[in-house]
Amino acid sequence: MNELLLIIISAVVINNFVLKYFLGICPFLGVSKQVEASLSMGMAVTFVMTLTAPVVWLINTFILVKFDLRFLEYVTDIIVIAALVQLVEMFIRKTSHGLYRTLGIYLPLITTNCAILFSALFLVLRGYNLIQSTLFGFGSGVGFTLAIVIMAGIREELDFADVPEALQGAASTLIIAGFLALAFMGFSGMPTK
Amino acid sequence: MGNQLLVSLLTMGGLGLILSIGLAIANKRLKVEVEEDPRIQEIASVLPGLNCGACGFAMCSGFAKALVEGKAPANGCIPGGEEVAKQVASILRIEVEAREKKIAKILCYHRGKARTQFDYQGLENCRAANLLFGGNKTCLYSCLGLGDCIEVCPFDAITLVNGKIEIDEERCTGCGKCVSICPKGVVALIPEEKKVHILCNSKDKGAIVRKICKEGCIGCGICVKVCPEEAITLKDNLAYIDYEKCTECGICAEKCPTHVIQVTSNIEQ
Repeated sequence: MNELLLIIISAVVINNFVLKYFLGICPFLGVSKQVEASLSMGMAVTFVMTLTAPVVWLINTFILVKFDLRFLEYVTDIIVIAALVQLVEMFIRKTSHGLYRTLGIYLPLITTNCAILFSALFLVLRGYNLIQSTLFGFGSGVGFTLAIVIMAGIREELDFADVPEALQGAASTLIIAGFLALAFMGFSGMPTK
Repeated sequence: MGNQLLVSLLTMGGLGLILSIGLAIANKRLKVEVEEDPRIQEIASVLPGLNCGACGFAMCSGFAKALVEGKAPANGCIPGGEEVAKQVASILRIEVEAREKKIAKILCYHRGKARTQFDYQGLENCRAANLLFGGNKTCLYSCLGLGDCIEVCPFDAITLVNGKIEIDEERCTGCGKCVSICPKGVVALIPEEKKVHILCNSKDKGAIVRKICKEGCIGCGICVKVCPEEAITLKDNLAYIDYEKCTECGICAEKCPTHVIQVTSNIEQ
């Protein structure tokens, strides 16, 4: 039980995908303008990650390893992710058209979000079992959501700040991202798994 | 080896099949009861589908949506021109004003072959060159000829011929992408049927222009005086034609001392 909790905490804060491994930077910078949109982006990513993890684990354990097809790992991962993203897209389109338009191109682009592919690759690399994998996927997604929501919160505040001209836009965004990563480094003394 | 090939093919195929079946089922369940206006589809099918963005909306579908919502003018599609505007208007049952077709024109006699003042060996890119003392041309306002407009043109209408930028008037739709990318602002959109052009962009004083370029506007103001329609004005040492007033009589071109005003559709040397 303790170990499972540790996996989640590790994925959420200590080894945060965005701020520790620098994965999934594209939506992290692209959709982090409003808290609301970034929250839903994070939830979509979390959903895809949480579902991807067990499916990938099952495919990996029962097909790829058994038939000695480990070299297909990347391809199967991508197929699974793409299919799940499609599902999420349909779902969001059905439930909230406004959200669908806010996320725009970034929604199908979750497919190519490297954070998701990496969570799928990591869980194999680290030899997690099914439950651990699912929790790891979920934790990674929550970590991504956390990072992007914090980012969006800061950027929303920044709209009212008097930013020097040279630092406006992308420059200040990247600096904030750097500071956030530094802040999250504070967690790295905690036990990781 | 053959076995492995077969197994991997079967695995991927099977996986694809299962996932696609799953998605098909999900699609049926989650299908959006389209509240989308059927006219959007109809308009989208009329539009050229070039996704050039000249209308100011993302892709033709975005423009179609904006049209139905009344946020865009029916004649907003520039490449489609009058024909598309008419079709769109008939779908939306609104009146449409004909929009004059405009084409891009490089308002520099030399179009990239102006005199240079130093050897430029950086990126082959006008915007990069412009950052370095405004480019290597002696005239600060001239076309740099490195072809950013060529790259950005969605219709392949711009080419480089013997170091000069040529714009194919047949292909040019007047989308204005070259106008916005040109760091020198030397490209302008001009009504297609107008044939009188002032091929200079220099806002330098006449004496300086005379020194650095034989075919530059020196701001003498003769054209302003001779124009019977008062269509030409002088601003910042540069003559401008008001195309609404211009009747293409060609008097200005005759009188221009540096022959920078030309009456022709295709500028030939």
